[in-house]
Amino acid sequence: MTWVLVAVMVVATALSDLLQSYEMKRAGAQSVGARGVGRLLRMVVERRYLLLSIACLAFSFFAFMALLQSAPLSFVVPASAASFILETVAAKVLLKEEIGARRAAGALLVLIGVALLGGA
Amino acid sequence: MRLAVPWELAPVSTRTIRTYLLLLLFLALRAFGNLCLAWGTKHLHEALAAHPLAYLRSMAQPFIALGIVMLIVALLVRLALLSVADLSFILPMTAIGYVLAAVLGRFFLHEAVSPRRWAAVAVIFAGAALVGSTPHSTTGKIQGAK
Repeated sequence: MTWVLVAVMVVATALSDLLQSYEMKRAGAQSVGARGVGRLLRMVVERRYLLLSIACLAFSFFAFMALLQSAPLSFVVPASAASFILETVAAKVLLKEEIGARRAAGALLVLIGVALLGGA
Repeated sequence: MRLAVPWELAPVSTRTIRTYLLLLLFLALRAFGNLCLAWGTKHLHEALAAHPLAYLRSMAQPFIALGIVMLIVALLVRLALLSVADLSFILPMTAIGYVLAAVLGRFFLHEAVSPRRWAAVAVIFAGAALVGSTPHSTTGKIQGAK
């Protein structure tokens, strides 16, 4: 059950980030001043992918809460980093971002760390 | 001739201090927000994963409510942080949160953290910090500064 919840949390987080990244890159640079935040809020309601990303974020948060209930905090929070692996792969394949050696090495380290968590 | 007042002497350092204060506030809020959530959910009488409505009911639990409020404030502090510092600085720094979670779990929730889990936390921290330190725009019109 624990790893099912970890999978739901990680996939939902990655999906949410991907949708946000895709939509915000299309939207162009935004500011976060008083007027900027209002504009951002309107964008969230108007753009379908952003709404979907918020739904994914809610799913990920609920999975996170259920995990905190049944698993140790010292396991759940580090395990949430597994989203880095999925996001790095998806950023390369779906968003066509260039993945440098450093980012690939970082994602690999996270993968090793999560694998270590698995047996701890 | 005007007298130089202290904050005019060191405009750079006050900005740096402000950045680190915001970073400290963000890390503390997120770590203790997660701790409150963990504490609250572990003291609930029903399993959260089973019913969607259980989540709504759980928010009446004071520690869960406090945890959620702290996480929301943490998000706002992160926005403020983003306005004074680069994302490439913030991301590796926030990876400290993985270590904080293990420390708080060990001391406040009395979790048994094995040497293997400490090693896992350290490796994840290093990996997340490395991912965070990479240039953050490779597809947009604005290319990363060389």
